[in-house]
Amino acid sequence: MLFRPLAAAAALVLLLLPPAASAAEAVNSGGVAITFFLAFVTATLGVTWWAARRTHSTHDFYVAGGRISGLQNGLAIAGDFMSAASFLGVTGLIFGFGFDGLIYAVGGLAGWPLVLFLLSERLKNLGKYTFADAVTLRLAATPIRCLAASGSLVAVVLYLIGQMVGAGKLIQILFGIDYAVAVGCVGTLMMVYVCFGGMLATTWVQIIKAVLLLSGGSLVTVLVLAQFNFSLDQLFVAATQQHARGVAVLAPGGLVHDPVSVLSLGTALVFGTAGLPHILMRFFTVPNAREARRSVFFATAFIGYFYVLTFIIGFGAMALVMGNPQFADATGRLLGGDNMAAIHLAHVAGGPVLLGFMSAVCFATILAVVSGLTLSGASAISHDLYASVFHPHASEQELVRVSRYATIALGVVAVLLALLFESQNVAYLVLMAFTVGASVNFPLLFLALYWRHLTTSGALTGGVLGLVLAVGCIVLGPTVWVEVLGHAEPIVPYKYPALFAMCASFSGSIVVSLLDRSERAARERAGFNAQYIRAQTGLGAEGTPA
Amino acid sequence: MDHCYRAIDADPRFHALARARSRLGWGLGGVMLVTYYAFILVIAFRPAWLARPLSSTTVITVGIAAGVALIVLGVALTGVYIWQANRSFDARNRAIVDAARRAV
Repeated sequence: MLFRPLAAAAALVLLLLPPAASAAEAVNSGGVAITFFLAFVTATLGVTWWAARRTHSTHDFYVAGGRISGLQNGLAIAGDFMSAASFLGVTGLIFGFGFDGLIYAVGGLAGWPLVLFLLSERLKNLGKYTFADAVTLRLAATPIRCLAASGSLVAVVLYLIGQMVGAGKLIQILFGIDYAVAVGCVGTLMMVYVCFGGMLATTWVQIIKAVLLLSGGSLVTVLVLAQFNFSLDQLFVAATQQHARGVAVLAPGGLVHDPVSVLSLGTALVFGTAGLPHILMRFFTVPNAREARRSVFFATAFIGYFYVLTFIIGFGAMALVMGNPQFADATGRLLGGDNMAAIHLAHVAGGPVLLGFMSAVCFATILAVVSGLTLSGASAISHDLYASVFHPHASEQELVRVSRYATIALGVVAVLLALLFESQNVAYLVLMAFTVGASVNFPLLFLALYWRHLTTSGALTGGVLGLVLAVGCIVLGPTVWVEVLGHAEPIVPYKYPALFAMCASFSGSIVVSLLDRSERAARERAGFNAQYIRAQTGLGAEGTPA
Repeated sequence: MDHCYRAIDADPRFHALARARSRLGWGLGGVMLVTYYAFILVIAFRPAWLARPLSSTTVITVGIAAGVALIVLGVALTGVYIWQANRSFDARNRAIVDAARRAV
């Protein structure tokens, strides 16, 4: 049973080879990239094979048996967060807009201390596989799980589209393979990792990739700084000489102009992290609250370091790639768009070998992140919906089977949507996932953990309000309504709806909870004490003796 | 389990620990949120403040230095929390849970 997927994956890799070789002139390091990429795929399929032999129960499948250490989990969390959209997207934004790209980096990092201080230990002490476990300890299971699963699935699918579109574009440019074939390859490999290796394989794929991305990024950074005698000032001077906006590129105002947009973007970034289901799920893969805490510390340190790298790489690309005719198309724009700035910089800094290595690393990044996302989506379907709402008496084997079907279904949906949204801006799609996380999952989780008076009806009102507003504003806003659907004027003028949707979600939950005088509400408030003591002490938590 | 919870609820050490943890968490979280939103609000309403160079000898602006400083601050704050939590919270928590188990 194990060899069939491996054989299928091998066939797929062989499929990859001929067109890549023939299109090698598109990027003259295609061969190097293919070699590194094949090494990565072989290693990760080996890991998947090893993990598959250790994955039997739902506990293994969803959370790797809860046996991941704090450092390993920290690397995996960092890996989840350092997606291709973060690396290519943020370096691309800095390359194109200078300072305003830095807002993404600062906002992305600032969410992590909050996750550590307010959520990580409590979540680990209360939950089992998904964050809905923690929330439904005192609230009504069926409606709240439906809400949490909806929020999770919308966020996961938006994030998945972003990653898949990025992957397709990257492979198309690097290896000269057709977009649809590229997206299909990513989808298939991801399904193999998740279906057979579960969380254990997904975590190790993520760890391998995080180490590769951090070391590759460090190498590019050091080589770039060496060209400027390790003087940041010289680097920035060279960058401002290339950019059309000159020294203004080192100041705010390139990307977001009106105050409301800045505030809303900043809010989505800082609170979205605390609502992303594939990140929240990682707290259940460690044995206890202490390791959960350590994993966030390691993750924050790695992510902070990573953003400092992307910052230097972004400005390095501005200094060395911008204005270089080798990387411009006929109209003077960057080959492959701004998202390729980091890749071109690797070429300048380290020649074809480093270009090949960084290309393979970016592809590995996408594979690892879509695997983590799909696994969290599959657990929302099988654990929150199938097992807890529709079939409470389902057996272990049945649940693992349902999770695998859900993985395949999500993989197929992701591939189809990636084909449909081919021309969408990757960073924007990912930001929308953050918006849904900040407007649905975060308010629900935060209020359930911290506010005694939250009731089921309040949580439902707020959650539905947040979800409808977030999705509604995205669809009716300038990006989708005007750019995708071709209408003349957006119905909602703001591009970043997180501020409104999150405030509406919080106020809806609070007002309805306070007005709720039902008997159930009284029971739910009375249940807060036991939940609070368990959250604080870990007594009764999953995986600890009662 | 309910007996254990009741024993813990009656233990003043538990409430002292919960208060200490919440003071540290909200204190450090407050520092992060206030500095982060100060940065965001300045970008929104007074972007010119961040456009000035750090000194007359460099092109690096106040905004860039502030952004990188915020990243470093975030990592440093998590370090402080972990250091505090490892140093005292875990041991105090274990003592409280063990006492409750013995009492039941």
